[in-house]
Amino acid sequence: MRATRAFEEAVLPTLTALLVALVAGDLLILSYGQAPGEVWAMMLRGTWGNAYGIGQLLYKATTLTFTGLAVAVGLRAGLFNIGAESQLAAGGFCAALVGLALPAAVGPWIAVPLCIVAAAIGGGLVGLVPGVLRARFGAHEVIATIMLNFVVLAFLNWAMASGGLAVPETLHTTAAPHAAVPRLASVFAAFHGSAANFVIVLAILVAALTGWFLFRTRYGFELRAVGLQPAAAENGGIRVARTWLMAMIVSGALAGMGGTNFVLGYKSYYEDGFAGGAGFLGIAVALVGRNHPLGVVLAALFFATLSQGGLAIHALVPKQMVEVLEGVVILAVAMSVPEVRRLLRARPRDPSPPAPVTSGAANTSAAPALADG
Amino acid sequence: MIGVILLQTLRIAVPYLFAASGGVLAERAGIVSLALEGFMLGGAFGATLGAHYSGSAWVGLLCGIAAGLALGAVHALACVRFGANQIVAGVALNLMVVGATRFFLRLAFGSSSNSPRITGFGGEGTAGALQTFANPLLWLGLAVMPVLAFVVMRTRFGLRVRAVGEKPEAAESLGVRVATVRWAAVVASGGLAALGGCWLALDQHQFTDQMTAGRGFIALAAVIFGRWEPVRAGIACLLFAFAEALQIQVQGTNAIPSQFVTMIPYLLTLVALAGLVGRSTPPAALGRSEG
Repeated sequence: MRATRAFEEAVLPTLTALLVALVAGDLLILSYGQAPGEVWAMMLRGTWGNAYGIGQLLYKATTLTFTGLAVAVGLRAGLFNIGAESQLAAGGFCAALVGLALPAAVGPWIAVPLCIVAAAIGGGLVGLVPGVLRARFGAHEVIATIMLNFVVLAFLNWAMASGGLAVPETLHTTAAPHAAVPRLASVFAAFHGSAANFVIVLAILVAALTGWFLFRTRYGFELRAVGLQPAAAENGGIRVARTWLMAMIVSGALAGMGGTNFVLGYKSYYEDGFAGGAGFLGIAVALVGRNHPLGVVLAALFFATLSQGGLAIHALVPKQMVEVLEGVVILAVAMSVPEVRRLLRARPRDPSPPAPVTSGAANTSAAPALADG
Repeated sequence: MIGVILLQTLRIAVPYLFAASGGVLAERAGIVSLALEGFMLGGAFGATLGAHYSGSAWVGLLCGIAAGLALGAVHALACVRFGANQIVAGVALNLMVVGATRFFLRLAFGSSSNSPRITGFGGEGTAGALQTFANPLLWLGLAVMPVLAFVVMRTRFGLRVRAVGEKPEAAESLGVRVATVRWAAVVASGGLAALGGCWLALDQHQFTDQMTAGRGFIALAAVIFGRWEPVRAGIACLLFAFAEALQIQVQGTNAIPSQFVTMIPYLLTLVALAGLVGRSTPPAALGRSEG
């Protein structure tokens, strides 16, 4: 019974959001004078309908898996990491720098792991700052991560534009082909031309590891306890401040590793602005994925489909339609999560007692309320 | 030189002042204001459509405000009626408005990057200074924080706003309708922030894609740096604008890279958050979905 309800609580908001997005999409398509059925079919054909489309959406889903996991780990600790965008960029930047610093002779088997570690460290450092501000000074991580996004992105822009790192006339570094991860097309020829690459394997491994960390280790248990009830966790002997700090570093490192998908897997160089909103979309991925690694992977595939689908329908309807729909999906999920919970709890034959949703420590900040869903 | 910098400061500060006033109002009522950026962009787009189709800047202004109020209502619907996570709702709204303005820009003008030229405030060809001082939004922008300070600190409505932002349960028990007050504050914050967008569109005489360029977040930084007090937040807006104006003046000399000037508001806010320049304490019920 309990399991069924948990499942319904997880799935119903997403279904509601999909329905709302479908209606909103229909209206947008009609406003452009096109037939909705035709446009949706075109979107499906351009994504899951051919190998190139699948490759492109797998590539996009790879980055989104990392940023989604980053946001999810933060939320499990009761922290809302809005900084995945700059953590992702910093991770990619560090991976590219390490790739450039290594001599070509070391070969990919040494260069690639070092670059991945560098990406994790780069992202982790950006996560460390709001972590310290929260743990030491009690500063709210939402504001800190937003502000830090602008600081880090401006710094990286300066490093590229004025720091002499960029190839003249461009905003990207020199390519480091010895630190490249092969494309999926090198094994599965059907993916030829798409950006999908073997960083996707890393993404799946990291998702599995995150699940193991959150649900099978002591640190993960402590992290979730802090996210649910910081005061109770403190009383139970868990060092809350230290857990917050650790969670922000892990979260930043996860987002940072996402940078390898573009830098190692796609271009072999860092380019200013490559993150392109994938960090912010990580919030949506974590939300729709219910902060569970498996959910995150599925949600990443969903948002990658939307994003790739926008390109597929551009001949009929502007691709910006999917940006609106992404917003609609997030808003609709955010609105239906508490509503579904209320409705399910009001169901008379439900044996579990009504949970104290209106007040109490768990709700003093917005994040835990989301994390416990 | 000094005159130029001060004038530039005012021009940069106006959109910050409007958006920050909306931020102060909503946050004092306990609703997190991450959607300021979206409200501004929506306001700028509404103003552009209104001014384009009517040929009047005043109609544009009204349309911009209407767009802001409507977006504020969407935010209130999500956060107050449905108890959605306010941070998520704000992020979603920003994303949606960026997409929607691009989509409808293409629908209306066949371009997803900018609108054609529209009528704005201040005739063309006049000297820069006169043009700025002839813009009614400049005076409104300078007045908005003192007026908001009066409303929040001295009126019945302001008292209720502060009550539902600090202790919603207590306010409720005294007969204050928490949801109604929050609705009013969030919808009004949408309209106020949209005025900042109207300034941008009517001053630049067109709409360009993502023309707010993070100004909503600078305004949010000003709200926090100003410790949620209208006049302090207004001073923070002027301070941030002054730094930018200064940077524009020294740009040619390359004395300070522009990226570092861009960081100033955010770095100052981070320092303020750490409590190094006096404690920033948010309204007690800020961010609570239900209350």
